Amino acid sequence: MFAAAAAAILVALALVIARAIRGPTVFDRVLAGNTVGTLAIMLLAVIGFMTGRPEFLDIGLTYGLLNLISTLAVLKFFRHGDLAYDVDTERQP
Amino acid sequence: MVLVEIASWLCILLGSFFTLVGALGLVRMPEVFARMHAASVVDTLGVGFLILGMGLQAGFGLTSLKLLFLLALFFFTGPVVTHALAQACLHENVQPTLAEDRRALRRARLADAAEATDGRQP
Repeated sequence: MFAAAAAAILVALALVIARAIRGPTVFDRVLAGNTVGTLAIMLLAVIGFMTGRPEFLDIGLTYGLLNLISTLAVLKFFRHGDLAYDVDTERQP
Repeated sequence: MVLVEIASWLCILLGSFFTLVGALGLVRMPEVFARMHAASVVDTLGVGFLILGMGLQAGFGLTSLKLLFLLALFFFTGPVVTHALAQACLHENVQPTLAEDRRALRRARLADAAEATDGRQP
């Protein structure tokens, strides 16, 4: 049954990657990238349970934290054009 | 015991179903805000049911604690990322397509089609 879940997650990954390739705007690609991260974590957890090694969950937790930071960094870059953006520097041009 | 097994398999199957539905929505939806809405199905229902099913399989212990941490992570990061994404979209002037616009578009397309058939008649 874990194999069925893994298969479903793999099919979902293929669909999401298709959206990432096709996506007309950059935000579609960011959204698809974030969803790919989510699905990768779930695939890690399911495969860990399937092979009887639930320690894979640690890798999933780390990857989840990295996924949040990377998505927010990319969004900040596309919104301000700069990762070291500061509100105060914009107020005094 | 058998009841717990059945419940966990049911949860895992439901989670797989919602994951597939969310991914399908991500491909099929017409614009970026609607796609965000579809992607959040994966983040809430899909991940929630899968983790519930795996937690029932694992029983009470360190593994289920890790699963709980994973669920808490998704519970907090999903809305944060969606909010940041919507803010960035609006900042870049990517506007959502409203229902009125879509209806007007359909009316215009229907009128065009009617005109085309009228032109072909004589």
